[in-house]
Amino acid sequence: MTPDRPDSLLIIVPAYNEEAAVGRVVEEIRQVMPGVDILVIDDCSLDQTAAVARRAGAQVLSLPYHLGLGGAVQAGYKLAYELGYEYVIRTDGDGQHDPRDIPRIYEALKNSGCQMVIGSRFLEGNSAPTSLVRGLGIRFFRWVLRPILGRPVRDPTSGFVGVNREALQVFSKSFPLEYPEIEALVVLQRKRFRFVEVPCRMRPRLAGRSTITVLKSFYYIIHVLLGVFVNVLKYERRRR
Amino acid sequence: MEELLDFTTGMSLALLALVLFSIRRQHIRVEYSVSWFGAALSLLVLSQWPAALHTLAGWFGIGNAPLALIFIVGTLFLLVLFRLSVIISDLKDANIALTQRVAILEYRLESVHGQKATQG
Ligand SMILES: Nc1nc2c(ncn2[C@@H]2O[C@H](COP(=O)(O)OP(=O)(O)O)[C@@H](O)[C@H]2O)c(=O)[nH]1
Ligand SMILES: [Mg+2]
Repeated sequence: MTPDRPDSLLIIVPAYNEEAAVGRVVEEIRQVMPGVDILVIDDCSLDQTAAVARRAGAQVLSLPYHLGLGGAVQAGYKLAYELGYEYVIRTDGDGQHDPRDIPRIYEALKNSGCQMVIGSRFLEGNSAPTSLVRGLGIRFFRWVLRPILGRPVRDPTSGFVGVNREALQVFSKSFPLEYPEIEALVVLQRKRFRFVEVPCRMRPRLAGRSTITVLKSFYYIIHVLLGVFVNVLKYERRRR
Repeated sequence: MEELLDFTTGMSLALLALVLFSIRRQHIRVEYSVSWFGAALSLLVLSQWPAALHTLAGWFGIGNAPLALIFIVGTLFLLVLFRLSVIISDLKDANIALTQRVAILEYRLESVHGQKATQG
């Protein structure tokens, strides 16, 4: 797996115990984007995730112990950066993201001049089935992020995200460990990078259940709020 | 008051013994025992030297010496605990970086082997 073209793209798929879904995810990506490099990051799953992903035609980066989503994604970013990829798109291993949206994100990465492209499930009247707490959480963070980012973001928790090499370099050094999406936006803002949202579909999980339960949603909100705060403070300090 | 001071004297001696024993058995590393030593020694000194305790209590504006002792002990242990959180966080950061590095190296090693296999 080495980037050959100037617009080289790596698709990373963080997966934790997704043996039931990850095979189809990889196959679907290959159908939509023939020949593209796919890297499944296996976060020390207890099931056959790595083997299933390999069989479906993906490369696998295996973490020797369980890091958590952000740590896994960052490992993918680091590898991509070291191998010289220009763009990385992250899509979830549970099948909730529709690979047919990947080309749209890729186009936006190449043409928008933005360092980050977010696949947003709330643009163009799309609505996604989420739990009540989760919906409230998303609204809350839109409100928190608005003044920090200086512009609205519709789907700040989206895990369907593309980044270019500039963002890769930053994220290789600094990336949250647990719930990375929202904090990553603030990290980008600190660098005065820009992002754009493109509409995406969101599907029900292929198998298993979300790792984010109602109780965890509250933990999530407090955890992420703190992370945002810390990052904003760093930003302020540097500006002075 | 006397009884409380006897009790804290015993406690600090026990803590000192525990820390020394743990170092000897290599249950904790010397560099992480220092803050426990500091806490245990301060506790011992204050318990055996009431004059110092009263002076300190005066500084904090606490008229009651036992209360001051509890306050000081609590603060000391909070500091040690906080230091531990800092150390654990450092360890965690190092662990994350190491884990990612190992995974990446393993990945690249495999791809080197793969290339060799197809060439040779
Ligand atoms: N590497 C890694 N991936 C995880 C972890 N938890 C969840 N994931 C992956 O992250 C993606 C999103 O997780 P999911 O539980 O569906 O969250 P949701 O879609 O936001 O409800 C899926 O591909 C999961 O396999 C984790 O601890 N480590
Ligand atoms: Mg999901």
